[in-house]
Amino acid sequence: MSAPLLEVSDLCVSYGKIEALSNASLRVGEGQIVTVIGPNGAGKTTLLSAIMGVLPSRGHIRFLGHVGQSPAIQDMVARGMSLVPEKRALFATMSVEDNLRLGGFRFHSRSKREQDAAMEELYALFPRLKERRGQMAATLSGGERQMLALARALMGGPKLLMLDEPSLGLAPLIVREVFRIISELRRKGVSILLIEQNARAALRVADYAYVLELGRIAMEGPASELAHDPRVVAAYLGMAGKHQEMLAS
Amino acid sequence: MNFQIVMLLGQDGITNGAIYALLALSILLVFTVTRILLIPQGEFVAFAALTMAAMQGGTPVRLGWLLLALSAAAMVMDIHAAWRRDGRPAVRRGSVLGVGYAAALTALTTLVPLGDAGVAVQALVTMALIVPLGLALYRVFYQPIAAAHPLVLLIVSIAVHVVLVGIGLLMFGPEGARTEPFSDGGLRLGMVMLNSQTIWVVAVSLGLILGLYLFFERSLYGKALRAAAVNRLGAELVGISPELAGKASFALAALIGSLSGILIAPITTIYYDSGFIISLKGFVGAIIGGLASYPVAALGALLIGQAESFSTFWASSYKEVIVFTLILPVLVWRSLSHHGAEDEE
Repeated sequence: MSAPLLEVSDLCVSYGKIEALSNASLRVGEGQIVTVIGPNGAGKTTLLSAIMGVLPSRGHIRFLGHVGQSPAIQDMVARGMSLVPEKRALFATMSVEDNLRLGGFRFHSRSKREQDAAMEELYALFPRLKERRGQMAATLSGGERQMLALARALMGGPKLLMLDEPSLGLAPLIVREVFRIISELRRKGVSILLIEQNARAALRVADYAYVLELGRIAMEGPASELAHDPRVVAAYLGMAGKHQEMLAS
Repeated sequence: MNFQIVMLLGQDGITNGAIYALLALSILLVFTVTRILLIPQGEFVAFAALTMAAMQGGTPVRLGWLLLALSAAAMVMDIHAAWRRDGRPAVRRGSVLGVGYAAALTALTTLVPLGDAGVAVQALVTMALIVPLGLALYRVFYQPIAAAHPLVLLIVSIAVHVVLVGIGLLMFGPEGARTEPFSDGGLRLGMVMLNSQTIWVVAVSLGLILGLYLFFERSLYGKALRAAAVNRLGAELVGISPELAGKASFALAALIGSLSGILIAPITTIYYDSGFIISLKGFVGAIIGGLASYPVAALGALLIGQAESFSTFWASSYKEVIVFTLILPVLVWRSLSHHGAEDEE
């Protein structure tokens, strides 16, 4: 494994007396796509939220050499971590262009020309958003909103991009587009931590994978190996998964 | 009632309505960004008016001391917060600058008589005192509980208001005060004589509203503040700090409040506790806008101004009752047309 960009050790998160995440440890190497798969309610979203600092946690999070406990969101954003939450958290009553400009807020001292250049680069990746640049985010379709959420996160020039269920609720064609973009981002050198219920698609695109069950890491390994592990196949890539996959292709 | 009286009342209504509109916008801004109902908004108005009056009357200007005390408290809290976070106390440059600024301004207003300095200078000094006061109030009272339930924030707001009114009595005394008008004379438009202060109020309000519009629509910082109001999590995820957004909205509220106080002081006698009832009318405007829409809130506030002015003529002892009763049909209509909570996205 290449030098870890993110190293999480023994991360615990509790909601009152209920432990949603217990002693989770994982690593994301530079330029890697790492995926965490698992059933609903396994604690996947909790894991990402805790790493980003949205939720308070116990345990150690080392990102780009900085070790911290229960980090603050601002610090993580400033160091180059970016999260696209499941609910996308767009600025619904603002235009696509404003959403993107605000995505680059951490570079607010950048000149207008540099900002515009960054924007054009993104529009090349998401031509659809360019067409809709003046439209309010709330009026976009589900797929376009997901694209906007992704693009907004990329405006912040992240070193690590964390995606929470990017394919959730999207039509199969759009899901394929989302995964195409994820692969493209890896080619551009962005490291990605991906959480997905669509385990088959996630394992295909990822380098390394973790299986999270009941708040614990139950299995881990190179994605290509896990994709053939009988337990993973039975639990996550069974007929139901196959059916979904057929629809998607 | 003849045409002359209608025009006179209308003019009064527009003047007051413009002030209420400014306050409504300010209350709305603070609420959408921080979920705090800024009850102490009125104190910015009263303190500004009375500080202007103190300068003009040659009585001691004591507001600097309050700013100094709050800035010092903010610095202590910053040191404590750094201690808790990093395990060792650290002094932020910003908080030292804040205390230094407050000390310098206190010295200026205590030692230099500003009675003959002219309205413009007096107004600038007043705003220079009150805007940082807004920042310090946020840092000391609201920032530590920023994530609390809106009801808790409201209770704190009421407490801060009550304390500030008490401090107002200490600083300014029980007597009311009025300031000199910005300019003499007026403007004759056909049969109507426009009072010069009315022109000032309307012009400055329009200018401020235009300025706010440009700030929120054109500048990245203005957009960031709007973004913090639209989606708090989204704003945090792109690096817009909720503390910064909170402070910025309080600074704007203090700016708007102090400007309103400066504008209204030559028209109405202001007492240490007059701010509350004035900002409450702005609040009614904000409610008419559903605590969400800026243009509707401003229009609502203008309507309140007219209602107040005409009810002064017809039933002056019921003036306040009539104005505040206006809120009832709006609330009934809003509750009937409410479609439940909106989706997170």
